[in-house]
Amino acid sequence: MSSVVALGIRAGYRDREVLRGVDLVADAGELVALIGPNGAGKSTLLRVLGGLLPLTAGSVTIDGIDAAALDRRAIARHIAVVPQVFETLFPFTVREIVALGRTSRLGPLGTLGSEDARAVARALGDIGATDLAERRIDRVSGGERQRAVLAMALAQEAGVLLLDEPTAHLDPAHQRATLERVATLARTRGIAVVAVLHDLNLAAAFASRVVLLADGAVVRDGDVSHVITPELVAQVFGPGLRVIAHDGRPFVIPEPATLLERRARAG
Amino acid sequence: MRTVTVLALLAVALLVSAAAGILVGAVPIAPGDVLSALLGADNTSGTIIRELRLPRVLGAALVGGALAAAGALLQGMLRNPLADPFVTGTSAGASLGAVLAVALGFEPVLVPLAAFVGATVSIALVWRLARLGGRTTVLTVLLAGVVLTSFAGALVTLVLVSSDRLALRLRAVLGWLQGGISVISWSELAVAAVVVAVGVIGALLLAPRIDAYAFGEETAAALGIDLDRTTAAVLATTALLTGAAVAIAGLVGFVGLVIPHALRFVLGATHRRLIVASIPAGAIALVLADLGARTALAPAELPVGVITGLVGAPFFLALLVRSRRVIV
Repeated sequence: MSSVVALGIRAGYRDREVLRGVDLVADAGELVALIGPNGAGKSTLLRVLGGLLPLTAGSVTIDGIDAAALDRRAIARHIAVVPQVFETLFPFTVREIVALGRTSRLGPLGTLGSEDARAVARALGDIGATDLAERRIDRVSGGERQRAVLAMALAQEAGVLLLDEPTAHLDPAHQRATLERVATLARTRGIAVVAVLHDLNLAAAFASRVVLLADGAVVRDGDVSHVITPELVAQVFGPGLRVIAHDGRPFVIPEPATLLERRARAG
Repeated sequence: MRTVTVLALLAVALLVSAAAGILVGAVPIAPGDVLSALLGADNTSGTIIRELRLPRVLGAALVGGALAAAGALLQGMLRNPLADPFVTGTSAGASLGAVLAVALGFEPVLVPLAAFVGATVSIALVWRLARLGGRTTVLTVLLAGVVLTSFAGALVTLVLVSSDRLALRLRAVLGWLQGGISVISWSELAVAAVVVAVGVIGALLLAPRIDAYAFGEETAAALGIDLDRTTAAVLATTALLTGAAVAIAGLVGFVGLVIPHALRFVLGATHRRLIVASIPAGAIALVLADLGARTALAPAELPVGVITGLVGAPFFLALLVRSRRVIV
C-alpha cells in the first residue's frame, strides 16, 4: 500500500529554520489537505516529502522505505509532484509534457517504450485531456495547463501525489473540477494525496483529512470539522474570518472590519 | 512525418551548400575540373580543391553543427532561447585555451584539447558565478558570460602580444580569433571531427533529460533528474562541442543561438529532434556564411565571425526584447 510518513521533520533554508518538528502521514486513498497561513511552512513540507529539500532532523518513509536510502530516480517512481504551473517558452505539446512524467523510467538510451506510451495515454484520459494532447502547452488556457501538469504527475504512476496549491490561478469551476478529479483518483487508484490548499472551503469540501500548520509546526491534524473550527481559525489566521457550519461541514466566510464593528456596537 | 521531411530538406540543402562552397572561391575553377580534382587529379586545381576548399567547407560544417548542438543543449537547460556558447563566455574561454596552446608550442592536434579545457573552465566559472544568488537565471548567466568574455579577451591579447611565436603571425591569429576558418589541415580536421562526434552522441543521450527541465530545475528533480550530474554532463558536452568549434574557427557568434531557436518553430521543443536537426542546419548556416566571407570582398577575405555577428546580433536583440519578461 502506498503511503508517505514524515516524523519529526526539521528543515529550512540557509539561516532560517522553517519546519520545527513536523509529523505527517498520508495513506493510500486519502486526500490530506495542508492548510495554514502564509509562511507556515506548507510548501516547505511538501518539498521535504518529495525529497527536494534536505532534512536537518527527522525522517521520511515512502511506501515503507526510508527516503534517505533512495536516489532521485527511485524517489520519483514513488512520489509525483504537481508543480505550480510556470510559463515555459518552448513549444512542447501537451502529450510531450505528460510524457515527461516517464523521465524516471527512461531506458539507458533515453527512449520511451510502449509501456510508457500507454501510461501517457491513460494519464491524459484520466484527466480528460486526450483532446488537448497535440496542442501546444504555451497556447492552452491556464486551466488546461493545470490539467496537463496533473496528467504529467499521474503518468509517473507513483503511489504518492503531492500538489502545491493546485487551484491557484483557476476560476471556481476549475478549482472544483481539479479537486474532484484528484479526490476521485485517490479513492479509485489508492493514491495517497497531500495537497497544499489556501482555500479553506475547498479543503473542507474535498479533503479526507486536514492538517493545520502554523509557524512550522502542526497545530491540529484530523477531520475537517475538528480542524477548521472558529477557535483555531481565529487563533491561527487572526480575526475577520467567520466559521459557520452548513450541511455538516465548516464554511469560512471573510468579514470586513465595518461588519465586525457594527456587530460589536449592536452587542 | 514532418520531422522526416525537414531532415530530408536539410540534408539536400547541406549537400547543395557544400557543393557551392567547393565550387566557388578566389581562384575560378570550372565545375568539371572540380570534379576531377575531387577524384584525385594531380594539378594546381586539385591541390586547391583538396587541400584548401574541401577541408575548409568540411571545417565550416563541423563548426556550425557543433555550435548549433551546443546552443540547443544550453537553451534547453536554461529554458531560454537567449543562450549559446558565445554569449555564455564558453567560446572566449576556449579561445584562450587554444591561444595558450599555440603560444606554448603545443602540437596542432592538441589545440582542440586545450580549447576544450578552456571551455570547460569558463563554463564552470560562469555557472558558479550565475549561481551566487542561489538560483540560476538567464540574466545572471549572460552577465557572467559578458564578464568572462572580456576577461578572457584581455588575456588572449596579452598572450598574443607577449608571445614571440604568435606576434609574428598576429594578423593570421587575429583573423582566426574573429572566426576565420583559415588554418585547417586534414589532421586538425580529423581530431575536431572525433571530438564533435563524441559531443554529439553525448548531446543526443542527454536530450530527453533536458526535456524534463521544461518547468525548471525543481520540477526536473521531482521527475527524477539528478540535477548535479545532469548539469555537469550538459556543461561538459557543451564545452566539448565548443572547444572543437573554436579550435577550428575561433569566435563564431550566434550560430548556436539562432539555429535551435528557428528550428523550434518548425519541429517543436523536444530536444532529441531539435539537436538532430540543428546539426545539419548549423552546418548549412556556417558553410554559407563562410562562402559569403570568402566572396563578399574578394580577393580580400572576411572572418566568418563578421558575417554571423552581423546577422546574429540583431536577432539576439530581437529575442531579448521579446523575452524580457522571463529572463530574470
